[in-house]
Amino acid sequence: MAEVSERIKASEAAEPVRSTGHAVPPWVITLGSVVVLLLLWEFFGRNINPIFGSYPTAIAQAAWEITVSGELGQAALQSLQAFVLGFGLSIVIGVPLGLVIGRFWVVEAALGLYVTAGNAMPLVALVPLLILWLGLGFKVKVAIVLLMSVFPIAINTWLGVAAVPKTLIEVGRTFVASNTTILRRIVLPATVPYIMAGIRLAVGRAVVAMIIAEFFTSISGLGAIVITAANNFETATMFVPIILLMVLALGLNALIGWAEHKVAPWQAEISDRN
Amino acid sequence: MGEVRLQDVSKRFRMRVGQEVQTVQALDRVSFSVAEGEIVALIGPSGCGKTTALRIVMGLELATSGQVQVDGVAVTGCGHDRGLVFQHAQLLPWLTARQNVMFGLEMKGMRGRELMDTAMRYLALVGLTASADRRPHQLSGGMQQRVGIARALAIDPKVLLMDEPFGALDAQTREVLQAELLDIHARTGKTILFVTHDLDEAILLADRVVVLRAGVVETILAVPLPRARGDLGQLRGTEAFAAARHDVWRALHGTVPVPHASAVH
Ligand SMILES: Nc1ncnc2c1ncn2[C@@H]1O[C@H](COP(=O)(O)OP(=O)(O)OP(=O)(O)O)[C@@H](O)[C@H]1O
Ligand SMILES: [Mg+2]
Repeated sequence: MAEVSERIKASEAAEPVRSTGHAVPPWVITLGSVVVLLLLWEFFGRNINPIFGSYPTAIAQAAWEITVSGELGQAALQSLQAFVLGFGLSIVIGVPLGLVIGRFWVVEAALGLYVTAGNAMPLVALVPLLILWLGLGFKVKVAIVLLMSVFPIAINTWLGVAAVPKTLIEVGRTFVASNTTILRRIVLPATVPYIMAGIRLAVGRAVVAMIIAEFFTSISGLGAIVITAANNFETATMFVPIILLMVLALGLNALIGWAEHKVAPWQAEISDRN
Repeated sequence: MGEVRLQDVSKRFRMRVGQEVQTVQALDRVSFSVAEGEIVALIGPSGCGKTTALRIVMGLELATSGQVQVDGVAVTGCGHDRGLVFQHAQLLPWLTARQNVMFGLEMKGMRGRELMDTAMRYLALVGLTASADRRPHQLSGGMQQRVGIARALAIDPKVLLMDEPFGALDAQTREVLQAELLDIHARTGKTILFVTHDLDEAILLADRVVVLRAGVVETILAVPLPRARGDLGQLRGTEAFAAARHDVWRALHGTVPVPHASAVH
């Protein structure tokens, strides 16, 4: 048969696939914004009683001290271990849970309400109880991180499944795909953007959950540093883990964006964002 | 093998429109059959139930009453004996053209080298070898539609159901694929039921034309042209084609048609 495909010009193929077309790279603007914020904080922060507030250079110095002493590294490691395990579990549990709730009305009828209610659960109020069950250590932190992040992930996945166009499912049915094949090969990939959005939401909540857990247990981790420093009126030191956690959340967010691009490269190309 | 028979097939859709529940009689006691190896065109105005009829034959939709049989066996769901080309391609957006074709084959249990080779063979058939690794959004509408055709053909169904398969294509590509379809039909003897808006296409390709109007079969017309249609471009210019077209047009509109461009001289 005659070749009906269009010609691809060599010059076209050589052009960069995606150029943002901005005159200034976005990171320059971000950096500028951060610098301005830090300068303002430094300027106004110095005039405040160091018990009530702090400022960047003081915080940097405090950070240096607890880093050199090894205190920060050890605390961060303790926190991160619990965080990674709890958050990993919440993805491993939340995604399949959301998929089956979204796909099968029986499961939705049976479990949907727990997930919706669980998402609104006042977890802080339950922490003392969890501590009674699981002790003050690693386990309770993992449990709290898990409980805080599994629901947004499950709910978003569920919403995503509900939004999968019926026509895509019908493609599967037309070729006599089994229910599990449709779930794995059609519903799951079609839901990836929602799952990723759920994971992004959950990251913030998981970070908060971890600190809450450490406030209550207050014997290890970054949360313990915050509590101890606050009790000793070392406000600058108190800010160190807080800022570290915020930076960590930004890093995780970037990591998720990168992962999203890896697992769903078509998504960025379909959507029109600039 | 591959005889399709619709017996008194009716389909009522119930839906909420604002406050009230409306029902739409999409099909009303539709009966016709497609003999083994026959090509039947389903034509009629927009919204007359063509897609619905095709979906019921495919097994995607259940008839409200009546039944569909393929080779004497009642259709209760989808099967590998039937392949559907959707009205709007419906490719899986995260898969490349090749993977989209492979998807159907995998569902049939094909694996390994054979899977790759078969997918590429059918992509070549629709002229998309060079675009095999592109994703749907990197293909034009017509190219997507061709992938959809390749995907349905690849599983080698006995009955090919096509919903306006060439509607989104440019005239040239359409003619190429029309000829290709007749060629495939001549080689494999597949039963083909296709929907079209294009009267010329119906006459060029089909043995019979089923005219649907508001969910009812209005008439069924035999196309008085021999099966071996030869060169379709030439056929369009012949008296026989003009006459056949005139007949079908009359049946459709009940009045004298505007002369077909290639028939006026
Ligand atoms: N899922 C549905 N729910 C409600 N009504 C429907 C549904 N599907 C089709 N209909 C109605 O059934 C009728 C027939 O629709 P169908 O899609 O079969 O038409 P068609 O002949 O294929 O039209 P077109 O040529 O525009 O594709 C229309 O009135 C449509 O509104
Ligand atoms: Mg239609």
